Order: sequence, then C-alpha cells, then structure tokens
Amino acid sequence: MSATRPLHLAAEIGGPPRYDARSHIALARLAEGGALDFVTLNDSFARPGPDALAVLAHVAPATTRIGLVPTVTTTHTEPFHVSSAVATLDWVSKGRAGWQADVSTTEAEARLFGRRPAAPASTLWQEAGEAADAGARLWDSWEDGAEIRDVATGRFIDRDKLHYVDFEGSTFSVRGPAIVPRPPQGRPVTVIDATSGPAREAAARHADVAYVRATSPEQAAALRDELRRSAAAHGRDPDSLRVLAALTVDLGDAETTPEPGLGSGPQLAGRGTYFRGGPVDLAEVITQWHRGGAVDGFHLTPITPERDLERIVNGTVALLQHRSLFRTFHPGGTLREHLGLGRPANRYTLTSTSGATS
Amino acid sequence: MKQMHLAAHFPGVNSTTVWADPRSRSQIDFTSFEHLARTAERGKFDFFFLAEGLRLREHNGRIHDLDVVGRPESLTVLNALAAVTERLGLAATVNATFNEPYELARRLATLDHLSEGRAAWNVVTSSDAFTGENFRRGGYLDRADRYTRAAEFVSTARELWDSWTPDGTSRPFAHSGQHFEISGEFTVPRSPQGHPVVIQAGDSDEGREFAASTADVIFTRHGTLEAGRTFYADVKARLKKYGRQPGDLKIMPGVTVVLGGTDEEAQQNAAGIRRQQVSPQNAILALEQVWGRDLSSYDPDGPLPSVDPDPGSSLVQGRVRVADPLAVAARWRELSEAKGLSIRQTVIESTARQSFIGAPETVAAELEKFVAEDAADGFILVPHLTPGGLDDFVDRVVPLLQERGSFRSEYTGSTLRSHLGLTEPVWKG
Ligand SMILES: Cc1cc2nc3c(=O)[nH]c(=O)nc-3n(C[C@H](O)[C@H](O)[C@H](O)COP(=O)(O)O)c2cc1C
Repeated sequence: MSATRPLHLAAEIGGPPRYDARSHIALARLAEGGALDFVTLNDSFARPGPDALAVLAHVAPATTRIGLVPTVTTTHTEPFHVSSAVATLDWVSKGRAGWQADVSTTEAEARLFGRRPAAPASTLWQEAGEAADAGARLWDSWEDGAEIRDVATGRFIDRDKLHYVDFEGSTFSVRGPAIVPRPPQGRPVTVIDATSGPAREAAARHADVAYVRATSPEQAAALRDELRRSAAAHGRDPDSLRVLAALTVDLGDAETTPEPGLGSGPQLAGRGTYFRGGPVDLAEVITQWHRGGAVDGFHLTPITPERDLERIVNGTVALLQHRSLFRTFHPGGTLREHLGLGRPANRYTLTSTSGATS
Repeated sequence: MKQMHLAAHFPGVNSTTVWADPRSRSQIDFTSFEHLARTAERGKFDFFFLAEGLRLREHNGRIHDLDVVGRPESLTVLNALAAVTERLGLAATVNATFNEPYELARRLATLDHLSEGRAAWNVVTSSDAFTGENFRRGGYLDRADRYTRAAEFVSTARELWDSWTPDGTSRPFAHSGQHFEISGEFTVPRSPQGHPVVIQAGDSDEGREFAASTADVIFTRHGTLEAGRTFYADVKARLKKYGRQPGDLKIMPGVTVVLGGTDEEAQQNAAGIRRQQVSPQNAILALEQVWGRDLSSYDPDGPLPSVDPDPGSSLVQGRVRVADPLAVAARWRELSEAKGLSIRQTVIESTARQSFIGAPETVAAELEKFVAEDAADGFILVPHLTPGGLDDFVDRVVPLLQERGSFRSEYTGSTLRSHLGLTEPVWKG
C-alpha cells in the first residue's frame, strides 16, 4: 500500500548570504525543472541574510510551478502582519505559497526588538501554534466569493461573508477580519520542523507538512506514526499531514562514494540528518525509505546549493523519475496540489451552512 | 523648463475607484499590479505607490461594503514587482505605530537590495485606536506620541542602515530612546541607495514638521493651485531649521486626471466618473460620514436633512473623521439651497477632489503650471480604473510633457534617489 504513496521532494536554496536574488531565482528554476514540490529559504532575525519571504516573493514572477516556502518567525512579529504577508505571497505566486513557522529563542534576538526577554522554547512554540491558528482563521475570514461587485445595490463586497476572528491567545489578540482577501489556496501551506519536542505538538495540531530527523527508515516511520496519532488526537485527519524526512546532503563529487563499513552504500551520520554520498546513493536511500512507507518524502538541504542542487535534480531526481518513483512534471498549479492536499473548506462557510450562528 | 516628477498610485481601497465599470478588473490579482507598474515604467515614472490600511473600515458598526476593499500586503507585492520592472521606484506605505524598527528596517533594506536601489517607505501613523485591535500593542498613541514614535522609528532605522560601513563591514548597533531600547547586529549590508527614500503623508502641524525634519518626499492632498502654493511655501520654509535645502524635500500631491479628445469631452467623461463614484448609496454614506447619524431613510434625490450633525459620533471607524462636521454641513446646505441640489448632487459637487480635466494638451500645460508656480514638485496620479487607469495618461500626456521638455524621456539613473534628484545620504558611522 505504502509503495504507491506519491513521493514528495523539497529543497532548501539558502546558502551563504546573498542580497541579490539571482542565485535564488536560478536555484528555484532548477528545482522547478526537477518537478520538486517546493523550495524553502531559511531565515531568522539574527543570521546574516535578507528577509526570506521578500526574496521568495521576488522569485515568484520568475517561476511558474514550484512551491515557495520561506521561514517566518512568530516570536517578535505580529501575527496579523505575518498572516497578511503569507497570504500575499500566495496571491503573487498564484497559489504556490507556504511558510515554515519558527520561533526565536535567544536573548540576542530579543534585544533586537526590546519588547520582551527571551523565553523557553515550550512557551514560544505554544505561541507559534497560536499564531498559526490565528493566521488560518484570518485566511478564512473572507469567504470565497465575498467580492460580489453588485452594481444594483452598490456593494463591492457581501459583508455577511466577512468574519471577525476575535482570536484570544496567551500573548496576543486579533480582532480581524483580514485585510487581504482569502488567498488562492484557501490557506497557504504551513510547515513546521517537528524535530524538537515543543515543536512536535504544534506540528501535530497545525502543520500541513512536518519535518522529522531519523537515521533509519524504522526510526522515521515511528516518528511519522507518532505525528499522525497526535494529529488524529487533535481531531485532524492524519492524511492531511505530510511527513518529510529532513536530510542535510553533501553529494561530494562522485556518482557513489564507497565508505568503509557501508560497502558502496551511502553514509547517514551526524545528528541523524547528515547524508554523504553520490546522487545515486541518495536515490537509493530515498527509494528504500519510500518503498518501506517510512515517510511521505524528503526535505533536502544541500550543503553547497549551487553544486549539490544540480546533482540532486539531474542525478538523484532523474534516477527516481526513471524508476517511476517521482513525477516528471507538475500536474497541478498550486503547492497544495503538488502535495496532494485539498483546498481547505472555510470554517465560517461551514458554520453558516450548518445553521449555527456566526 | 522645471522638470516634474511623476508617480502612480495603485487604485486601492477607496471610493475613487470605479469598480462597476466593465473595464475594471481584479484589485488583488498580481496581473493588475504588474500591468499598472509596467505602464508607469513605460511612462518613465519616478515611482509606483501602494497605500495601506490595517483594518477594514466600519460604518454604523458594520463592515463598510460600498468601496473597494481588500488588498495585499505592500512590501510583498513590491518585492514581486521588482522582478518584472527595472527602473521604477517602488514605494510601500507602512505604519510606524504597529511595526518595530528592526524588522521593518530589514524588510525595507531587503527591498532596496532586490530592486537594486528603488525602495521607498511612506511613513504613516494611525489616526485611531480601532486599528490597534489587530496588534499586540493594542490601543493607540496620541497624535503627539505617534509622531515622536514615528520620528524615532525613522532615525532608528537609519542607525541600523548605517551600522554597515559603505565598504561592507557590519558593526554592532545600540539605540536607546523614548520608544525603543534595542541593540545587536543588523543582518543586511548597506543597500544600493544607502537609505531607502522616506515619504510622509499627513497634514497636521506635527506631520509637516516631521516631514520637514525627516522626509525626502511629501504626499499631500493639496491639489488646487492656491492651496498647493500655500502648502508648498509653508513646508519648504520649515526645512531651514533642520539644515536642509528646499530641493531636499519633494512635494507631490495626489491628483486625478480625466482626459478627452477635447476639453468638453473630458468634462463629460469626468461627470460620468463622478456619477459612478457617488452612487445613490454612496451619497447617503457620504452624508452619514459628515452627520455622524444613520440617514438611511433619506432619499438621495431629495433635500438635505434638517437635523444637525452629531459631532461626537463614532459612526465612522477606520477613516479620518470630518474635521468640523457642523461647518461642513452648513457649507453643504448653503450650496444645496443656492443651486437647488439634491443630496446626491450636493455630494457630487462638494466632494470633488481637484482633478486635471481636459484634452492632453490642456492637462500637460496645467501640470507644468503647477510646477512652474511652486504649487508642486510633481504629482502622484490616482487612477480611477484597475488596471488600465494609467494607459491614456502614459500614451497621450507623457509624450507631450517629454516634447515640451518638462519630463524625462529616459531614465538617467537606476535608483529612485537618482530619479528624484536626491543625493545619497552621508554615512554616519
Ligand atoms: C495624502 C495622504 C495619504 C495617506 N495615506 C495613508 C495610507 O495609505 N495609510 C494610512 O494608514 N494612512 C494614510 N494617511 C494618513 C496619515 O498618515 C496620518 O495618519 C493622518 O493623516 C493623520 O495624521 P495628521 O494628523 O498629521 O494628518 C494618508 C494621509 C494623507 C494626507
């Protein structure tokens, strides 16, 4: 059963800081040519580099199919602004936006804002979950078709299709509705790295895509099962969550890299996330894990994007395509379509059609 | 001849946009933004301008539904537009009350890098507590505090932009003031313009002082020759005490232009646009905004109400309140009685913003006159239509201005600062 599950692939395109977007555009196009689901661009307020969401907004008109997922932090930002910016990324990319929600735990980051001291990860992930929840409500706060342009009554919108979200979190509240109409995907894709304990809970509750880190398919399968059980316990359909194994990859310069003790196979090491080998070896790992049903796919972080992404696409991905394990083109237009995730029903539309008061 | 500057506003959330016109397309699809920006660039405009509103307006306790509403977030749209334009300046309106300097300085510096020196920030504050309900900060600040925060915000952003030396070395920053106490390292090197261009829009004494001390461009609503000259003289005179020259601050009123084959035809087109803007429902709405009362039972084709406005009303939320409703109502009554006008006709006559209406030659000459007589350094055009509202102006008026030598035929530089004739800020290490 699991062998027929479609394989999902994503790649990080951030390397050393770059302030023009030429290399980001080139890398995103490369990934798009390989029919990858999405590219990511990591970010934090304390690391050198430009604003990731801005860079991927700039990449959007230069690409047509690839999903665009910047890291957006939730600790020192305004949830209302974050939801507007991510919705706008979805508008400018015509339905290809996601965001990787993250937190800022350090004192150094707190000092950049001077609003509050650093806090433990568990507190911040609780807040990040609330920011994701508030964001999803804001994206729903305009029903589809709220813009009516009714010349007879002079109304541009049907205000009965706009909703106050009245979100009360532990550190913020948002009245709503959004200022941005509901984005093309309904809700842009929410990604959470579920490696750390505090993040795992937020991922199970709010993520469409979760990353796990494992050194064996058995370990990955166990993490995936745990996330799915936890999602179900929160009332979600576990099949609405894609679990990707996160791997940092160093493809060296050979097709395969013989390693003592591992025969000619690839080497998985480090903190359970580091892959070293050739493009063919990587295809082997992906094939084995996917065949065994351990994960829904992989998020690959090339240590040298310019070199390794080319090898991933023209080596690993080409081989997977040859084996019919991975698609050769994007059959749909939106990131949700690439991921096989439906366009979410609007919670407010549901409420009003079921007769409850809104 | 004195050169003028030209910019274009995306027809966003307002009652100026004639969305019922069959030529009107999406207000939110990227294709609409792309069309307008490319048209502005084809016309060699200085910059393309996006407004902002952080909460949907309300009328009589409910979301306002007659105007165009719903817009994407400015900086994200402009970063995307930077990929499909080459020279056009890209100006984002971003509120200084509901943002933090580190984050916004970083986003603005990013836009300046991605656009290779074309970024501008229109610094607005906020006029009410209503908007605050969407933010951690909540509430709002008094006008005086809003402007001290805005001023400290801009100077803090400039400290961050200056924390990298021009040759690319990062140095730690530390700012300690009334509103912000922050320190660390800024993650974006000095951007192509040194500092993104700063625009100010706001008309109070505090607003003008803030612009004189800090801004590179001022976006104003003073669009008649007389009001423009008074405003121009007032604002330029304020520069000296900050050690600035008159050329350091460009004054650009937001204006509308209606063209026709002849002046008469243009007047007819303008009247048609006014009727579309002031629908019967919009006429009652405009009246309620002055009166601060529910007047939905009144006939838009009938006479003005005899009751007086309620000056303490909170009927209108999210837009700037009519300053002196009793005086405005008295003026409207006088006009209506003198000319025998209905409610709708009165609103049409009294809310008309200054527009340049006429054949292309007439409009070109009028624009030049405003610049020659020190009523403006240039104009921010506010089209009525999305996305085609700029096509006629660029095709029919810009070539005339170019022939007459009052507007550039080619971009001479690549940054917005160079289009505006502004020098790069001196690095203050
Ligand atoms: C021409 C003009 C355009 C403005 N555009 C915006 C805008 O897009 N968003 C916004 O929040 N405020 C906008 N404002 C409001 C001002 O920034 C300011 O908050 C308001 O005018 C009150 O300040 P004041 O008392 O100094 O006039 C605009 C004001 C003017 C005069």
